Amino acid sequence: MANAQTLDRIFELVAPFNKKGIELQADTTFATDLDLDSLTVMDLVAEIEDAFDIILPLNLLPELETIEQVAAAVDRIVADND
Amino acid sequence: MDLFDKFDALIAQKSSLPFEKADPFKVVMDKVLSETVAIIEGRETILAGTNNYMGMTFNEEAIAAAKEALDNYGTGTTGSRVLNGTYSGHKGLEKTIADFYGMDHCMVFSTGYQANLGMISTLGGVDDYVIIDADSHASIYDGCAMGNATIVRFKHNDIESMEKRLKRLPAEAGKLVVVESLYSMLGDAAPLKELLETAKKYGCTTLVDEAHSMGFCGEKGRGLCEELGVEHLADFIVGTFSKSVGTVGGYCVSNHPKFDVLRLVCRPYMFTASLPPSVVASATASIKALERSGNRRAHLWENARRLHAGLKAAGFTLATETASSPIIAVCLPDPLIATKFWEKLLLNGVYVNMALPPATPAGYNLMRVSVCAQHTTEQIDEITRRFIATAEELGLNVKAA
Ligand SMILES: Cc1ncc(COP(=O)(O)O)c(C=O)c1O
Repeated sequence: MANAQTLDRIFELVAPFNKKGIELQADTTFATDLDLDSLTVMDLVAEIEDAFDIILPLNLLPELETIEQVAAAVDRIVADND
Repeated sequence: MDLFDKFDALIAQKSSLPFEKADPFKVVMDKVLSETVAIIEGRETILAGTNNYMGMTFNEEAIAAAKEALDNYGTGTTGSRVLNGTYSGHKGLEKTIADFYGMDHCMVFSTGYQANLGMISTLGGVDDYVIIDADSHASIYDGCAMGNATIVRFKHNDIESMEKRLKRLPAEAGKLVVVESLYSMLGDAAPLKELLETAKKYGCTTLVDEAHSMGFCGEKGRGLCEELGVEHLADFIVGTFSKSVGTVGGYCVSNHPKFDVLRLVCRPYMFTASLPPSVVASATASIKALERSGNRRAHLWENARRLHAGLKAAGFTLATETASSPIIAVCLPDPLIATKFWEKLLLNGVYVNMALPPATPAGYNLMRVSVCAQHTTEQIDEITRRFIATAEELGLNVKAA
């Protein structure tokens, strides 16, 4: 489980990309639920990276399908950096 | 389960495009009359989308050299560079390119795609980082996917976005920054000086892909690094023979003292057959000719500026403010109009590339023109006229400035 604070911050960052106005949940998926194309995903990744001052490597992205998974990955990377 | 089911969406998308008389993925050149004219479906067509920037495909010296090599060495090497596939011509070509760049080493690959694939996958090891521009060519992305490094991506041509990310990487880690000089879709130039200086500030090794600038940027035609005086900041330069050189193949040059070890570890170099002797001979002749082609370079830039100005004056929206390269990309409002425009333009006797999302950056729908040094001024004006006529036939609202 991701840290609740991290999850909240990711919800905030995803909100502007929620063009369909669906209700954001931990298990909301980027490709199917939010219908984000690869260019938009890139912008979102950059926002998340800057918000947490981390790198989300391109290699990781295929495994990150839901908001929860991104939050958990962010927690892991932040912990690794400390 | 049919393994092809995963392509159903793509098949549906492609068949929804309203082509009637021509299909951009099925154009056949029945006869090639010159660097700039071909016969397509019986129509004489101006070629304005071939990346044949310097018009070297019919260079007399290159053709003569290829014929001689065919007679003397046969049609192919039937082997890898590291086995039986290295002829004196391959060594000669590597020396010609190294001398052209004034660098110590050169490795020739069977394509430019393989040069990027090989260099990036081999240099980026499991503990290393490869830092790339988001709009990188497929060969760069595939090189990343093939290797084991951690891949970091920054916003297209954005120095600040790159620096922010470099700051977050471990200072002592191995880091390879990969950038292109001119980007092939929009023809926009990278701020190479700033990008390379920033990369160096953070201790990175640098690789510049000059695929779309070699031949016509810089006084000798070595590329944008030469033009901007930053060749000393590029540890590796990758290029291709498939554009300005007018044949097929790829290369990488470097001053790194251990460069030659790559011949023993770089899989896209080792596990494929080497270029045929005729291709090697024409590439060698072509590069020697390119070095002294100052007038041709000047004419190419005149052509690019003339076409850019003509289309702009006619009211078309262009992807770049000025003619920053011989790639002039015209932006159209949506994929449907782009499709119709491309088809009509071809029927009007001009071949350009249609490029649609997701292959294009920022969702552009493009008619991508690549200008050739062998286009005459009359042909450039004719291309402009036919763009205007096509827009009129489609009732497209382009306002003359
Ligand atoms: C930027 C870039 N790099 C590399 C390549 C690959 O070149 P080649 O056609 O030699 O495989 C291309 C051409 O498609 C390109 O546009």
